[in-house]
Amino acid sequence: MKRKLIAAAVAGTLAAGPALADLVIPDLSYRTGPYAAGGTPFSDGYQDYFNLLNARDGGIGGEPIRIIECETGYNTEKGVECYESTKGEGALIYQPLSTGITYQLIPKATVDQIPLHTMGYGRTSAANGEVFNWVFNYPANYWDAASVMVNYLLEQNGGSLEDKSIALLYHNSAYGKEPIRTLEQLSKLHGFEFKQLAVDHPGQEQKSQWLQIRRERPDYVLMWGWGVMNQVAVQEAANINFPMENFIGNWWAGAEHDVTPAGDAANGYKSLNMNRVSDLPVFNEIKTLVHDAGNAAGDGSNLGSVLYTRGMYAAMLASEAIANAQKISGVSNITAAQMRDGMATLEITNARMDELGMSAIGPEFSVSCQDHGGNGLGIVQQWNAIDKTWVALTDYIAPDDSVTTPLIKEDSAAFAAENNITPGCL
Amino acid sequence: MFYREAGDFKTSYVADSQTFPLKLDKVGFWVTMMVAWGVIPFIITDYWASALLVPFLIYAIAAIGLNILTGYCGQVSLGTGGFMAVGAYACYKLMTSFPDVNILIHIILSGGITAAVGTAFGLPSLRIKGFYLAVATLAAQFFLVWLFNKVSWFYNYSASGQINAPERLVAGFAVTGPASPAWAQYLVCLFFVTLCAVIARNLTRGSVGRSWMAIRDMDIAAEIIGVNPLRAKLSAFAVSSFFVGIAGALFFAVYLGAVEVGEAFGIQKSFLVLFMIIIGGLGSIFGSFAGAAFLVLLPVALKIVGVDWLGWPTDLVAHFQLVIVGALIMFFLIKEPHGLAHIWGLAKEKLRRWPFPY
Repeated sequence: MKRKLIAAAVAGTLAAGPALADLVIPDLSYRTGPYAAGGTPFSDGYQDYFNLLNARDGGIGGEPIRIIECETGYNTEKGVECYESTKGEGALIYQPLSTGITYQLIPKATVDQIPLHTMGYGRTSAANGEVFNWVFNYPANYWDAASVMVNYLLEQNGGSLEDKSIALLYHNSAYGKEPIRTLEQLSKLHGFEFKQLAVDHPGQEQKSQWLQIRRERPDYVLMWGWGVMNQVAVQEAANINFPMENFIGNWWAGAEHDVTPAGDAANGYKSLNMNRVSDLPVFNEIKTLVHDAGNAAGDGSNLGSVLYTRGMYAAMLASEAIANAQKISGVSNITAAQMRDGMATLEITNARMDELGMSAIGPEFSVSCQDHGGNGLGIVQQWNAIDKTWVALTDYIAPDDSVTTPLIKEDSAAFAAENNITPGCL
Repeated sequence: MFYREAGDFKTSYVADSQTFPLKLDKVGFWVTMMVAWGVIPFIITDYWASALLVPFLIYAIAAIGLNILTGYCGQVSLGTGGFMAVGAYACYKLMTSFPDVNILIHIILSGGITAAVGTAFGLPSLRIKGFYLAVATLAAQFFLVWLFNKVSWFYNYSASGQINAPERLVAGFAVTGPASPAWAQYLVCLFFVTLCAVIARNLTRGSVGRSWMAIRDMDIAAEIIGVNPLRAKLSAFAVSSFFVGIAGALFFAVYLGAVEVGEAFGIQKSFLVLFMIIIGGLGSIFGSFAGAAFLVLLPVALKIVGVDWLGWPTDLVAHFQLVIVGALIMFFLIKEPHGLAHIWGLAKEKLRRWPFPY
């Protein structure tokens, strides 16, 4: 049995061997398991946009794009397997959409010199480009998110959070623990009481956490949740009659599928978003050129949803970086190292977003060798259960850089010391 | 025709008690060892190491460990994931506290620490048996995962709660950390697999192993003929946890390089290793290898066939994987309750009688 399987595996790797001269984009997606609800629309959007570029423009700069999808199931072991099986194909950029896999890939991708784009997730201190030369997390990161939330609450409370209590309900993993340090810092700064409530993977069991919330009645509950945890939390909040407008999720806890299971009870639930959700012209192009041509990545039902839009936004940032890299290097079939240069000098302007049919999908920002993090802006949106839409309550809110920047410095310096990295630009 | 004992005379006790009494087995063993040590390190690629061989070898160690406890001594354990976590965190603390000490020593010490923890959690086995013991070890699993999440000393107070393996060298070559070459990772794992398999094989053939098996087959009878259940059960827990701890340390330091306790060492890991020994064969060292190979290689093989050859959607293949692996487990349990090791034994028996079966 074993020998047969090895033979099959050998044959498989041989068959998958020949690398063609095109732009290779691996998509480490997850369409199965407890996190599939979030992974599926993101991956659909990510792939559909590249398929649109292939169908409309023949790729980027005349070079066709080849997507290799690999199912990770949000599992780090499978993520490593996916990374190893795709990196030899000439992969230009990785987007694992999982903080756990990101932690796994940061050292590997650095050694293999392949850029990693962890948009609004992953290791926050990767914003320091001098230490993390190959990792990018623009346009925003977790510590920005925590700070944006607190800034929003400050504004709601007339500039002071003294005597308020804020609880953080988080996924008990590297992902959920990321904002704790920032929130502790902010609680010292603004004088609010900060409580932590951990929810274990996969997050279906939250009775005791909500019992505690019911007993202690914090003024606000912030949530770092993902996958099935979000739906359960919204339902549990409804069960204990927690005021929904005081319950704010981060940008991974604010999609349609998180709130619809709770029905009308979810009305008023708030979350952050790093991209705007609206009826963009680009969706029509995807509909006609990709979906109607039978090339939809999934079943096509996610078009325009929050996470679909974000996946498409991620693909747009990647394709703009590829175009930028082609411009800098003068060749159309770029390498991973040229891709990194393209990302490190990326500039996204309103004019360019209009041109792409994605007006104001995200903020304007630019990346530099030192700053891989973008400007960290986020909006607050609220769920309207009657119309089944997310309504943006605010414009882009800026994070408090005076709090996050020293933390990023400190954490990246610790990483550099651990791994004998001399900070500097490549 | 093959595997004949005829003409294979043993003239001394030493010759009679060797591990592989038949010449063909001996040749097969040495050929496998030569390929594993002499050929594979030269042709191994990153993909083969990190997707197939390194996890296979590490799971084989864990399966041998659990097989000693469950297969040989009859004590059902669902705490394998937790004990692997002990090995991993012990290795991490040792690596970061004593950076100048050789990593191989750290890995063995992590095994020792896990053995101590395993023995402590094995104490209830003196009073409770069967399903009740399984529940007690399940409690150990959840307690240990909770502990490594809760007490930040274990992960050196890092903000994310992750542990990351720093680079450590053996004889000038990196074996942990991202820059370690595939062959170095493979050789380190192979070294420990060989060591563990030889130790396990010889332990189970000796008086210790016999006392374990006596306890497994009927503990009251064993006690009457003079087997000390305290010593037998606790030694099984200690030896088993030692191996599982080594597997956990390798899993963290060599294979993944960064782990998060809940995700890497959760209850599903305990079940995975338990499935390995059930499919491979309870009470068999070969079965531990066969079971580990089956459950590590099968999903990868199915993925290659489904996604790369047939071009099916990845989610469909992932769902099919669950169906096929589940169906195969049921098939084996019904058709061959003694596992792959028994199929292997039957095949040898058939070969022996070929071409004149009776």
